[in-house]
Amino acid sequence: MYPAPFEYERAESVEDALSLMDEHSDSITELLAGGHSLLPTMKAGLATPDVVIDIGEIDALRGIENAEGSITVGALTPYSAVDDSETVWTETAVFADAAHHIGDVQVRNRGTVGGNIAHADPASDLPAALLAADGTVIAHGPDGERSIAADEFFEASYMTALAEDELLTRIELPKRGGHAGAYAKKPSPSSGYAIVGVAVVLETDGNTVTDARVAVNGAMDHAVRLEPVEEALSGESFTDETITTAAERATDDLDTAMVMDDLQASNEFRAQLVEVYTERALDTALDRSSVAPPAAD
Amino acid sequence: MEHDITLTVNDTEHEIAVEPRTLLVHTLRDALGYTGANVGCESSLCGACTVTMDGDAVKSCTVLAVQADGTEIETVEGLAEDGDFHPIQEGFRKEHGLQCGYCTPGMMMTARELLEDNPDPDEAEIREAIEGNLCRCTGYQNIVNAVEFAADRMETDAANRDIAADGGTDRTTDTVEDE
Repeated sequence: MYPAPFEYERAESVEDALSLMDEHSDSITELLAGGHSLLPTMKAGLATPDVVIDIGEIDALRGIENAEGSITVGALTPYSAVDDSETVWTETAVFADAAHHIGDVQVRNRGTVGGNIAHADPASDLPAALLAADGTVIAHGPDGERSIAADEFFEASYMTALAEDELLTRIELPKRGGHAGAYAKKPSPSSGYAIVGVAVVLETDGNTVTDARVAVNGAMDHAVRLEPVEEALSGESFTDETITTAAERATDDLDTAMVMDDLQASNEFRAQLVEVYTERALDTALDRSSVAPPAAD
Repeated sequence: MEHDITLTVNDTEHEIAVEPRTLLVHTLRDALGYTGANVGCESSLCGACTVTMDGDAVKSCTVLAVQADGTEIETVEGLAEDGDFHPIQEGFRKEHGLQCGYCTPGMMMTARELLEDNPDPDEAEIREAIEGNLCRCTGYQNIVNAVEFAADRMETDAANRDIAADGGTDRTTDTVEDE
């Protein structure tokens, strides 16, 4: 399975990439990072770009920075580096947990955070984690840099707020004191992509949930927040009972007719999975949180 | 248009011109003769084409040769030294870690990265590491045993080397820290 022929350009810097994108703006152009979404698509004949601009050698876009107030993850950072990062696990566990759930060792070595998020596969793992983590996408375009909140970023299947002439350069994940996060996923047995994947981030004060962000991959045509679950958790004490009650509300705002429906799972089954995996993600977050378990009888 | 790239494969440097769409696995097999990396599913699922690239296990059917420019590749052909099996190969032989053998080079190269990073993995860690390598013959148990064998053998070999180093006269600064 060879991809169809294409012209190959290698960008040496962000500026170089933007100028190559401009130079080839009349052609069908794809950006290549780790290639673990693009190359399978090209090999299957589903993408036949005229020009591929390889940004994989732009070292400035690689790495995890522990900045004041946030963790910055460069677009070219591979999933394995996120999964291996104690900083990410400590400061925003949901994102590390989601990266850990992607594919397998070889895929995590090559696939990149920026590629994943820009590709916006509805069954991918990072989009819901980015939503739950309240992350921000930083994009570079001809007019400079702009920030896009995760809530504004994912628009539809493979559709994002990125413009044609913009390059995703990094994401920022806010640090949270007293937080618990987790990602729970039912993978496709064949591809490993999420049939359903639920990301949760809870801020706690003592035993009380002060803020909750919950989002799901795989259910709709793009990752979405599960606001009824968030509302059911906020202000409540963080217990098994609260979790069960909140998880039951997971599909309250989802239009079942619009839930993804394919050979692997009907929309009704998927909707049921959303509840189950919301509960599992919350259970894991509770296990990881510093909330003291109720005293034994 | 072809692009000139440099690949260092098993410590041998190759300069070669490739079409941009050429996959690393085809360059290794067809242009350079390293046929150990097998072409299986061609869709990044089966892991038969696994090689290490700058030490990381990668599926060479999902890397363009141009992306591998300037990297160090190790294939299964690079494991044995002077005709002696690497402990990973010895493990697959002793523990019957293969039947048809098609997945074996990829399994070994994934094990290679695992044991570099984690010299003493438990069974769960081994199974997680080889998640991206499919075997349709063995049921995996013997492969897990083979990797455990390799880990034990590599530990023993390292210990023997340390003993030999301690007994030798040409101590290097490397061993001083251990004293």
